[in-house]
Amino acid sequence: MGFLTYVVLPLAVLTGLAWTARAGFRSIAGPFGAVFRAMPLTAAFGLTVVLIYVLAALFAPAIAPYGESQVFDEFNLFPGENPDFVLGTDQLGRDLLTRLLYGGRNTIGIAFVTTALAFLIGATFGFVAAVLGGWLDQTVSRTVDVLMAIPQLIFALLLLTIFGQSTINMILVIAVLDSTRVFRLARAVGGNIVVMDYIEAAKLRGEGLGYLIFKEILPNAAAPLLAEFGLRFCFVFLLIAALSFLGIGIQPPLADWGTMVRELSIYIGYAEYGDWQAASLPLLPAAAIALLTVAINFTVDWMLDRYSGLKD
Amino acid sequence: MSGLARMIGQRLALGAFTLLVVSMVIFAAIEALPGDFAEAILGQGATPEAVAAIRESLGMDRSPVERYFAWLGGVFSGDFGVSFNQLSFQSQYGQTGERDVVTVADQLAPRFANTIFLAATAAAVAVPLALTLGILAALYRGSIFDRAANVGTLTSISSPEFFVAYILILFLAAANPVFPSISKIHADLDFWERLYRTVLPALTLTLVVTAHMMRMTRVAIINLLASQYIEMARLKGVPRWRVIVRHALPNALAPIINVIALNLAYLVTGVVVVEVVFVYPGIGQMFVDAVKLRDMPTVQACCLVFAAAYILLNLLADVLSVLTNPRLRHPK
Amino acid sequence: MRTGRPLVTIRDLKIEGLAGEDWLPIVNGIDLDLARGEVLGLIGESGAGKSTVGLAAMGFTRDGCRIAGGSIEFDGIDLVAASEDARRSLLGRRIAYVAQSAAASFNPAHRLIDQHTEGPVLHGVSSLQESQEDAMALYARLRLPEPESIGFRYPHQVSGGQLQRAMTAMAMSCRPDLIIFDEPTTALDVTTQIEVLAAIRDIVDQFGTAAIYITHDLAVVAQMADRIKVLLKGDEVEENDTRAMLAEPQEDYTKSLWAVRSFRRPEQPPAGQGAVPVIAVAGVTAGYGTAPDVLHDVSFDVHAGRTVAVVGESGSGKSTVARCITGLLPPRGGEVRFNGEALPAGYRNRSKDQLRQVQMIYQMADTALNPKLRIRDIVGRPVQFYRGLRGAGLRRRVEELLEQIELEPALYIDRLPSELSGGQKQRVGIARALAADAQFIICDEVTSALDQLVAEGILKLLDRLQNELDLAYMFITHDLATVRAIADEVVVMKDGFVVEAGPKTEMFTPPHHDYTDLLLSSVPEMDPDWLDRLLEQRGVDNIGEAARGRID
Repeated sequence: MGFLTYVVLPLAVLTGLAWTARAGFRSIAGPFGAVFRAMPLTAAFGLTVVLIYVLAALFAPAIAPYGESQVFDEFNLFPGENPDFVLGTDQLGRDLLTRLLYGGRNTIGIAFVTTALAFLIGATFGFVAAVLGGWLDQTVSRTVDVLMAIPQLIFALLLLTIFGQSTINMILVIAVLDSTRVFRLARAVGGNIVVMDYIEAAKLRGEGLGYLIFKEILPNAAAPLLAEFGLRFCFVFLLIAALSFLGIGIQPPLADWGTMVRELSIYIGYAEYGDWQAASLPLLPAAAIALLTVAINFTVDWMLDRYSGLKD
Repeated sequence: MSGLARMIGQRLALGAFTLLVVSMVIFAAIEALPGDFAEAILGQGATPEAVAAIRESLGMDRSPVERYFAWLGGVFSGDFGVSFNQLSFQSQYGQTGERDVVTVADQLAPRFANTIFLAATAAAVAVPLALTLGILAALYRGSIFDRAANVGTLTSISSPEFFVAYILILFLAAANPVFPSISKIHADLDFWERLYRTVLPALTLTLVVTAHMMRMTRVAIINLLASQYIEMARLKGVPRWRVIVRHALPNALAPIINVIALNLAYLVTGVVVVEVVFVYPGIGQMFVDAVKLRDMPTVQACCLVFAAAYILLNLLADVLSVLTNPRLRHPK
Repeated sequence: MRTGRPLVTIRDLKIEGLAGEDWLPIVNGIDLDLARGEVLGLIGESGAGKSTVGLAAMGFTRDGCRIAGGSIEFDGIDLVAASEDARRSLLGRRIAYVAQSAAASFNPAHRLIDQHTEGPVLHGVSSLQESQEDAMALYARLRLPEPESIGFRYPHQVSGGQLQRAMTAMAMSCRPDLIIFDEPTTALDVTTQIEVLAAIRDIVDQFGTAAIYITHDLAVVAQMADRIKVLLKGDEVEENDTRAMLAEPQEDYTKSLWAVRSFRRPEQPPAGQGAVPVIAVAGVTAGYGTAPDVLHDVSFDVHAGRTVAVVGESGSGKSTVARCITGLLPPRGGEVRFNGEALPAGYRNRSKDQLRQVQMIYQMADTALNPKLRIRDIVGRPVQFYRGLRGAGLRRRVEELLEQIELEPALYIDRLPSELSGGQKQRVGIARALAADAQFIICDEVTSALDQLVAEGILKLLDRLQNELDLAYMFITHDLATVRAIADEVVVMKDGFVVEAGPKTEMFTPPHHDYTDLLLSSVPEMDPDWLDRLLEQRGVDNIGEAARGRID
């Protein structure tokens, strides 16, 4: 029965919410609202979930019953054992619901900062390489080729071994590694735009690099870049969760979902004794991760669909 | 044919060059280590012998270039050095003779075989499954099947490996003990027993990779079906199945090969987390442990193995897609 | 020719296309009759629905289109009601299709002859052996070089004009009753087009095949069709026998189409001796990267108030000349002078004022205007950049420029390019060039992507502006009709060399250089007897690739 309450019920509630939200999205008037007119349910689901996550992350301190690292005497409480601690407490006596909320805030926040940093680096180099071409483009492109020849998780682990495991190091390492993908995309998208005659006209007018990138290229690259931001965020989010799960990512005392999955994984054996509430504890943060990435993917899928539909 | 041979030669040379550069990057890792690493790594238990041994194994007295070539030479002869862990262990409990030193290579070899076994099992299921489903989804584009597959695969690729893994454990190991949740693999297991213990990690990988591969196959085929020569074939009255088999498939080979290679390469990475979840004795797990201990020779060796597998897979795909390109096979 | 019952009967055909969520009409009720052995020309501008009707005559609609009403009958068979299998058994066997782009329509993975024989063998019309022999015979008949072996090549190993003929041979492979030709020569150079036209006509005559010939080119359809049907936005305008239609079109729209080619700018007298040209191209040699030269010692002058047309086929180097003048491609030798002063070779080394003086108008208005900028910014930016105008002054100047290009400022100034028609976009492109107050403007195939009526409007506008502002134009074009309409002087290019140059009247009166002669004689004329006469005069072996190959 745990399956019903934990999986079917929340999904049903979310889908219902999405259904209602879609009606709301669709009724937005004006040219901006036209975007939402033909919105499929999956996209509405995605947007709704993303919105809920963002709000929960922003207002976690207000929603959470206790402080992030507040320790109580009652440790290793099972869910439901004490009404004060709905999901129970961990081995140090911290409220799991509170940890879950803060964990979301931290994981999402850190992933967002990392992705933004990766975009800043990757898009800047990508556009400059696309506009200038020549040796600069060659140098950066070949460097990126080499960096991308090593799988990202492996490379991240190597670099974290060298620089030491800290949250800041992890953000920097992943941002730099992930910026290679952003570079590739920005270089490709920029490359497609640079060959346009309006760029030639602007170059021949004598416009500088800044004008070309910000006024002529960026507005045209916004749609694919935004979609890519969603996908890269998912990737970074999963990578950070994986690293934390391995114990090499976000470091304590910060709460995060990957670490929570690892720490709670011992409870899974309780399924044998029919205690589904305890057994599904590690799945809670894991499902929270999955749900967000699914939601973003649904949204991006719809955006890409629209974008490619607009092109022809 | 000479154009084709040259093309493939170029790709191979490029692949070899990339491998070399990657090996330099991995080696340079040691150079970037801050401070006196030997003491830092051994910490409280540092005996002078151990510190000296590590310094010697790092070859601090020689130039970086010399050390790089010495290391690379070792790699080629299967010698990745001795792990710091071992050195530290020996320094505390005394050297018990040359023969007992366990080298990184000794540790790596059986684990490497285990990882290959796991990845191969996953690939053996995932590749045919994904290709079939992907082609079907492309053929029946817009149908209920296609849309359901779209939602299903999106969900699957969005889920972290450990989520899939724990769900499988919850239902197939904990609640209903069908498969073991911990993969105890050792050398004297027979094939079937080994396979049985590998089922859950392999299934996890399969679920994640299939979704990816299927989506990419679908897109590759759909792009192809929009070509004018497909329309021409239909306008010649060629039956549907023949349009696919004779007109689409020969041109779809290159994209499909790339899809497969990309996903096999993805398997290489995905294996790390899955091995940790199932305590599967492969290099992924060894790698993570080494990272936690900052055991440099082991980290380097694992890194090099992963990177080499990744590069070789991509290289293979590259060469194969060159081989299937009629423009290159039949130059002007 | 018309005997017995018609081969194709289409009644009140309605076709809709999917745009986002909605089905919009593409074809709104068209009737069509085609007798056996007859060739019907379907003409119209882009968006007229001619390809859609052509495919519908095969019982085929593209993805995202559907037949919303009406009937299509082929030789008594109802194609709308027919089963998928019944329709498929007709396709290729009794109705064949020749597409616009042969390069994209041949499967790159198979040899030509294997694609040729697929239909006959599949439909059980002939054996593989017979079909192969027939293919070679057809290749010979279509004057393909080495007909015995060309079929064993892959599509990428064969030139565009040859592929188009090979596709015609493939369409003939089952000796169909009907072939749909969908703009088969539009993508080809003018000299290549002529030999494909001749080949198609010859083979259609030989086998008495009925055909629907779709094109936007009136002169081409005049050579090919027995009857012409004119379409406009999914409706039929009128239909008549070719000669009657050419001689006396009934409808206003048709008349305006016919009249398009009548625009002539009065030719200006050559500039006086000693006049300094606005732009002088002097001995320019250029090439890309480390590749060999693609321009060899090119020289010509452009004087104020004059138009020089640079003419040539693809690969002649005419666009490269423009790149050298603008400085995008620094020449390897020679120089470009502006009002007598040498311009720095690369555009990065030119001063703002030098950049201002050379402006370009592009072929594709869609890629020439940034889709995300409003008209006020597109036109306003050069004004602001060169003149430093801001605020009200800037706005006034932009409005002035829009008035010059005949676009109501209040209506258009805040629009995005996507909210303009093709011709209006091209006008905005012109306004952007004018905004720099340039003396010299390069017009790169400015009318070739436009429908004829719109193109004429653009030419008239350019002519008016030239008179008002004393502009010097360099027209890059492959279209000799445009040259006739607007040029004062003509420069003919081939393979990077200038083969001939001089005043327009001289160029259009014999004697010509051999290549100019070939080029001029290859341009189809509205006269239905033109192709016959040409073949008689030049001989069937002295046109197209064969003739071009003989000229150095």
